[in-house]
Amino acid sequence: MDKLDNQIVINRLQEQFAEQVRVVSDPHGLLTVATEATTILDLLAFVKEDEQLRFNYLTDITAVHYPNDERDFCVVYHVHNLLHNVRLRIKVFINGPVPTIPSATTLWNGANWMERETFDFFGVVFEGHPDLRRILNMDELEVFPMRKEYPLEDPNRVDKKDFYFGR
Amino acid sequence: MSKVTLAEAPPGVEGAGFFATSLDKVIGLARANSLWPLPFATSCCGIEFMATMGSTYDLARFGAERPSFSPRQADMLLVMGTIAKKMAPVLKQVYTQMAEPRWVIAVGACASSGGIFDTYSVLQGIDEIIPVDVYVPGCPPRPEAILDGVLKLQEIVKSESLNRRNTPEYKALLEKYGIVTDNG
Amino acid sequence: MSKPITKITPNAAVFFDNDPQDELTTLNIGPTHPATHGVFQNVVQIDGERIVSGVSTIGYIHRAFEKIAEHRPFYQITPLTDRLNYCSSPINNMGWHMTVEKLLDIELPKRVQYMRVIVMELARIADHIICNGILGVDTGAFSGFLYVMQEREFIYEIFEEICGARLTTNIGRIGGFERDFNEIAFHKIEEFLKRFPPVLKEFENLFVRNRIFIERTSGVAAVTPEDALNYSWSGPILRATGVDYDVRSTAPYSSYEEFDFDVPVGANGDVYDRFMVRNEEMWQSLRIIEQALEKIKKEPAGVFHADVPEFYLPPKEQVYTNMEALIYHFKIVMGEWETPKSEVYHAVEGGNGELGFYLIHDGGRTPYRLHFRRPSFINYQMFAPMSSGMLISDAIINMSSLNVIAGELDA
Repeated sequence: MDKLDNQIVINRLQEQFAEQVRVVSDPHGLLTVATEATTILDLLAFVKEDEQLRFNYLTDITAVHYPNDERDFCVVYHVHNLLHNVRLRIKVFINGPVPTIPSATTLWNGANWMERETFDFFGVVFEGHPDLRRILNMDELEVFPMRKEYPLEDPNRVDKKDFYFGR
Repeated sequence: MSKVTLAEAPPGVEGAGFFATSLDKVIGLARANSLWPLPFATSCCGIEFMATMGSTYDLARFGAERPSFSPRQADMLLVMGTIAKKMAPVLKQVYTQMAEPRWVIAVGACASSGGIFDTYSVLQGIDEIIPVDVYVPGCPPRPEAILDGVLKLQEIVKSESLNRRNTPEYKALLEKYGIVTDNG
Repeated sequence: MSKPITKITPNAAVFFDNDPQDELTTLNIGPTHPATHGVFQNVVQIDGERIVSGVSTIGYIHRAFEKIAEHRPFYQITPLTDRLNYCSSPINNMGWHMTVEKLLDIELPKRVQYMRVIVMELARIADHIICNGILGVDTGAFSGFLYVMQEREFIYEIFEEICGARLTTNIGRIGGFERDFNEIAFHKIEEFLKRFPPVLKEFENLFVRNRIFIERTSGVAAVTPEDALNYSWSGPILRATGVDYDVRSTAPYSSYEEFDFDVPVGANGDVYDRFMVRNEEMWQSLRIIEQALEKIKKEPAGVFHADVPEFYLPPKEQVYTNMEALIYHFKIVMGEWETPKSEVYHAVEGGNGELGFYLIHDGGRTPYRLHFRRPSFINYQMFAPMSSGMLISDAIINMSSLNVIAGELDA
């Protein structure tokens, strides 16, 4: 079996998806590609099932908030080929008041909680998720705390005077 | 000679065949030396409590042999670790389930003040929801510090008057926390 | 609080609508339950002693690590990582430092890497001691726990010698260590290598061929490798199913490729195998520490950090006497250092599995986004589905063999 490297992955993805998958960069050797919400499931299924790529281990799903960009949410998938120890990072930029992306739970059961966590923190809605509700925060919380506009500290605190903190 | 040391008797009048002291002090002595802990361990401090209960430090030497996981039979509530706002109602319920007299030790920075986690999700000190008797500093406190906290609590227990739990001051304290008592 | 963007409805789905006809009982285990060793809530539906279905609720000590990390400079994030998996804090510390070093392209001297290996392997032993000891307690064997806990105290003594703290160690700096290991520390590590094997052997003897323990654990909660990979398991519990994925050997960091050690794997993925894998890993960790001590002797003494003055805090006495040191000190503390805009994912083999740090940096003082891939969080999600059909007592030991650490679970 040949050693898998980033170039092979790029070629294979471009063969299959052509323009739909853009190669962004490879910071520190970790190939990063970007795609659209409409193709993400096909792409994940392809890299998981393809004989040559076999990124069959879902390392992580998370999101990033870019409030100043046109498309303000980026959902990041990390997948891993355990055989060759090659990782692939897939980014999907989405926007809207309710950012929506299809759920990867059909491919990996492990995606379940990762997507719930992302929903909990960012309000990214994963369509087709079997049980999309808050996981870490309280159900009563009305905001998605990891979005940049929300403060870290509890704004309802009364005992903490700015005066004492030089603010 | 045995290595067992007896608890020191409270001050009183001693004579041939009798020893007289006040009931308060005798009961305080008994309570102080058999404090049954309820470990409410949520995070890092819980691991240090594990070490405190373990073979090297051995909390059992101070009369806390049996960790009582049932709040009904516990005397001191050891709150160890961060209490998130999601957890706060649970903690309060555990506290109200305990029978009087009950004491609370806030172990570690998080339980005492929220510690380094000044965030939207963390309760800034358990004294926002329940009254606390002893605060143990540290993040996490060393087992010696936890032991010291228990010893400090023993001092409080020893000197507590029997009537304290029926006083209007105590009731006002609980009322401040919104805890309803039914023992008087 | 600012205006909410979308309103979500409060959800109370953890309570089942019980049909009075089916004679199932709903039982609430947790969030404070002596058997869970942490704050997890599981609401299960039981038919007699057998679990029919269950729902896990977590987040009871959610402390918003990722949000805090966006507000803290790099070196102030180290104390946060301590409190992820607090049974093996040094691994988290080192993982975070290595992530930043990867971002900044800092190459560490070999001696520092070996020192890190020693610290990490000691932490791994401490972590596995807790897990296996508690597993013994949960199956009714308390004494094993008491034996090994003493050795864990000794590991903490070594940590105290190295950094001054026991549990939440905050060991190291970006670029190395804050100080060299002293003579006593080396002496204590060597002493540990001598005194721990007999205790571990004794601990093993108590369990490995103990009829009660085998009956209690063998075949319980067996997981196939396919399921384990599907649920993104990692760490000892994945290896117990027979998948030899260990970050230390798959993607070596901190010179692990130079060490000779085995990655133990199990066959059935049951609780017994997990116990055995963790036990064997302790032996392997001892081997690694031994080799690291040998290797350190060959390296130039006294080197404990990389020569990167722009990222490594200068010693205090120099700050007061040396202009350059003062400037660097000021720059580092005020976050005026020049860092590349980049993103980096770095994984280390934590006590429970692949502990990943995904750092997006925009060149500012604090990370733009820092995400922790927390093995406990990902491993635990299979607990509720796999509990169906299990006896309650089996589910309890299954939980302790997963070694779910609440701090890492809820972040």
